[in-house]
Amino acid sequence: MTENSLDTAGRQAAADQAGGARAAAAGPGSVDAAGGLDGTVSSTVVKRQPGGGRPPRPTLGRRAVTFADSLWRPALVLAVFFAAWWFVAAREYVPNYLVPTPGQVWETMTTQWSELARHTVVTLYETVLGFVLAAALGLVTAVAIAYSRTLDKALYPIVLFAQVIPKIAIAPLLVVWFGLGLTPKIILAVLIAFFPVVISGVAGLRSTDPELLDLAATMGAGPWRTFRKIRFPNALPHLMAGLKVAVTLAVVGAVVGEFVGASEGLGYVLLLANGNLDSALLFADLILMSAIGIVLFVLVEIAEALLIPWHASRRAGVSLTTS
Amino acid sequence: MTAAPAATGTAIGMSGLTVRFTTRRSQTTALDDVSLDIEPGEFVTIVGPSGCGKSTLLKIVAGLVKPTSGDVSLLQRPVRGPQKEIGFVFQKAALLEWRGARANILLQAEMRGMDRAQAARRADELIEMTGLTGFEKALPHELSGGMQQRVALCRALLHSPPVLLMDEPFGALDALTREQMNAELHRIWRETGTTVVLVTHSIAEAVFLGTRVVVMSPRPGRIIRTFPVELPAHRDYAQVMSDPRFDRLATDLRGLLGSAAANH
Repeated sequence: MTENSLDTAGRQAAADQAGGARAAAAGPGSVDAAGGLDGTVSSTVVKRQPGGGRPPRPTLGRRAVTFADSLWRPALVLAVFFAAWWFVAAREYVPNYLVPTPGQVWETMTTQWSELARHTVVTLYETVLGFVLAAALGLVTAVAIAYSRTLDKALYPIVLFAQVIPKIAIAPLLVVWFGLGLTPKIILAVLIAFFPVVISGVAGLRSTDPELLDLAATMGAGPWRTFRKIRFPNALPHLMAGLKVAVTLAVVGAVVGEFVGASEGLGYVLLLANGNLDSALLFADLILMSAIGIVLFVLVEIAEALLIPWHASRRAGVSLTTS
Repeated sequence: MTAAPAATGTAIGMSGLTVRFTTRRSQTTALDDVSLDIEPGEFVTIVGPSGCGKSTLLKIVAGLVKPTSGDVSLLQRPVRGPQKEIGFVFQKAALLEWRGARANILLQAEMRGMDRAQAARRADELIEMTGLTGFEKALPHELSGGMQQRVALCRALLHSPPVLLMDEPFGALDALTREQMNAELHRIWRETGTTVVLVTHSIAEAVFLGTRVVVMSPRPGRIIRTFPVELPAHRDYAQVMSDPRFDRLATDLRGLLGSAAANH
């Protein structure tokens, strides 16, 4: 039984590799190139015919193997990094108040966990809310720009120009306007995360094959149906790439907002630790901030895998990495 | 030249179609005074060199491009704006990457708001007719170029359109697949009785498929001549290729296209 499934996994791996090579040779979305490879492609398909036209999904075991395979190299790099850190800090090549040992950081993290957790939740809340708002506003703006020439001419230059303003420099103004509460942090997260969503959304919506749009016109479909069935799904790969950038930027927005004026959140804790020369707390805080970014990024990646499993970037069997 | 093209029974009427593109510096005439009437059930093939405006002609009939002057009618109604009573096949299959073959075919039904059950039945018929059985769920990238084009053809036929417009549908396929697709298209045309207008570069394809071959000149595109194809209605690829009538017509066409190109 086990042997049998292993064997299947092996054959699938081979088939997947062939598929990956084919996708790479044809290039994403290049129908003409795929046509040129007619002979090879059709023979592959014909071989699969008894089981239906479609290759079976990778088994759980094979996915785990792929996952482990994609993970061990970065894990090794991290291990080396921690070892070097520990070595330098434990031997006090650098004074302890500048660089704490990993052990000290761990101790701070565990003893002050309830406090740190509370602040993490605050920053997480600001980030997620900012990201969701930025995604919604960005998508609406992208649709407006992609559909209306007038709005394209009126809005696009302003969106581009607004990106030149250093958003971080607006933070003090936001605090003056909206006080020390959550509002200025969320606004800052929105402002920073908005731009990549708009740019990727517009690029995605504009990438629709003009022949598909001609086709939609001869099918008598209205703009809403064309958007729902053709333009929006077609824009998703671009959009998801933009959202991945946006979610990591949203963390930056929230933390910078907390720097300027706050009574809670990881940014506030960071300033506090800095003032007290508490480097262990500072490191613990940094780790938590990064963790927020990583977790949210992975969540967007999972959403991407669920939404666009058909896209070339997701076909090579690589999971949880930016490909 | 302003006479109404709507003679009784005409499937497609074109009269005095002229298309000019104006750029900042110059004016290009893509089509020059093209008139052509197509009867229901005809299979008209249009051959001509690249850039002679063949594709533009199809788009005018579909209502996707507005001519600078001239009149077009489809099923005896003047063409204003995109037409729904047609099926359109492009050189590229233009499939939705995220949909399987059957779902791609059913896009036609969804966009038109057709009855679901009826559309599903028709889709299954077409899948069987074009030999796509077993590939209903395959995504476009899992299909060969020929298979993709079969899906596009099924999509164009799903709503049983009275008129099928094809813009170099097999131009990107290899020679063998192309012959096979030609034979299949011929069979489908005989079975459905649809009026077909097919634009192509290939003289063999034009003669094998057409009941009438229209030859166009290089830019500005004009109709040089129209040839009736005197081959049986029921054609077999191998037989047609060895038929002396095929040879004669193909040679005539080649000569005509060659001299038209040389005069340019």
